[in-house]
Amino acid sequence: MKFGVVVFPGSNCDQDAYYAAEHVLGQQADYIWHKDTSLKGADVVILPGGFAHGDYLRTGAIARFSPIMAEVRKFADAGGPVLGICNGFQILLEAGMLPGAMLRNRTVQFHCEHVLIKVEQTDTPFTSACRVGQVLRIPIAHGEGNYYAEPDVIARLEKNRQVIFRYTNEQGVPTDESNPNGAVANIAGLCNEQRNVVGLMPHPERACELALGSADGLVLFESVIEYVKNGVGSLPRTVVA
Amino acid sequence: MRARVFVTLKPSVFDPQGKTVTDALHTLGYNSVKDVRQGKYFELEVDARSEDDARRIVSEAADKLLSNPVIESYRIEIANEVSA
Repeated sequence: MKFGVVVFPGSNCDQDAYYAAEHVLGQQADYIWHKDTSLKGADVVILPGGFAHGDYLRTGAIARFSPIMAEVRKFADAGGPVLGICNGFQILLEAGMLPGAMLRNRTVQFHCEHVLIKVEQTDTPFTSACRVGQVLRIPIAHGEGNYYAEPDVIARLEKNRQVIFRYTNEQGVPTDESNPNGAVANIAGLCNEQRNVVGLMPHPERACELALGSADGLVLFESVIEYVKNGVGSLPRTVVA
Repeated sequence: MRARVFVTLKPSVFDPQGKTVTDALHTLGYNSVKDVRQGKYFELEVDARSEDDARRIVSEAADKLLSNPVIESYRIEIANEVSA
């Protein structure tokens, strides 16, 4: 299967994502320039981290108008799995492909550290190989990861089980101390209503080998490889509480 | 025509930068400053037939790009002088 890694001017985690897909997981991977108008037959699309278009105006605000985004949207509308990592998540928010927006971290500092996130839902292409409640140790590196949405939007996200990752402590409890940026409800990642578009602030591609301090990010890639191979049928059925 | 656009965070949205600026002002002794909200300011030079026309164009631009309606609102001022 083939990973398509979109490269915007200012992306800086594109090579990490490519490396994880091709060298760690042995899959095919290809870079897709933001001005391209074809996804080159990719089975999964990754919008990588970085500072697309210098983060001018707002993070992701300019990137959403890059020509490739029309193709990414078409791909997503047709059910294709799309993963937005950090800046990629911010781009998905600005593009309206995921609800909400990012504010500056509540500390107004850029946070670069390993954090713990709990997998809340496993019926997405990127978490199907996880256990519900599994706590992953994955690095973050962002200045604007303070997720915000109006209370009615948050209520809808919770009801639809669209919150996929939450910042927690080692026991999987979402505490204020474990929240690195002030995100509402400790939200670290979420999915769209169709569940095929996932965005998260932490960087799973930077946690794919033990030499990097953690290999907990691998499971997201393993999930989507399985998903592409076996289709929607591979997704676990999650019991709604 | 010149348009000015003021983009600010909605009142319900916490402004970490504004809070930091408030704290810094307090450190400087400006305790009478109770709150600071930081926003963005744009000046647009618009080729438009009328003030209404300019306002329509600029408010479209503000909706689509200059502001993010999830967290921000905006106010537009049109300066009536004809640009040279």
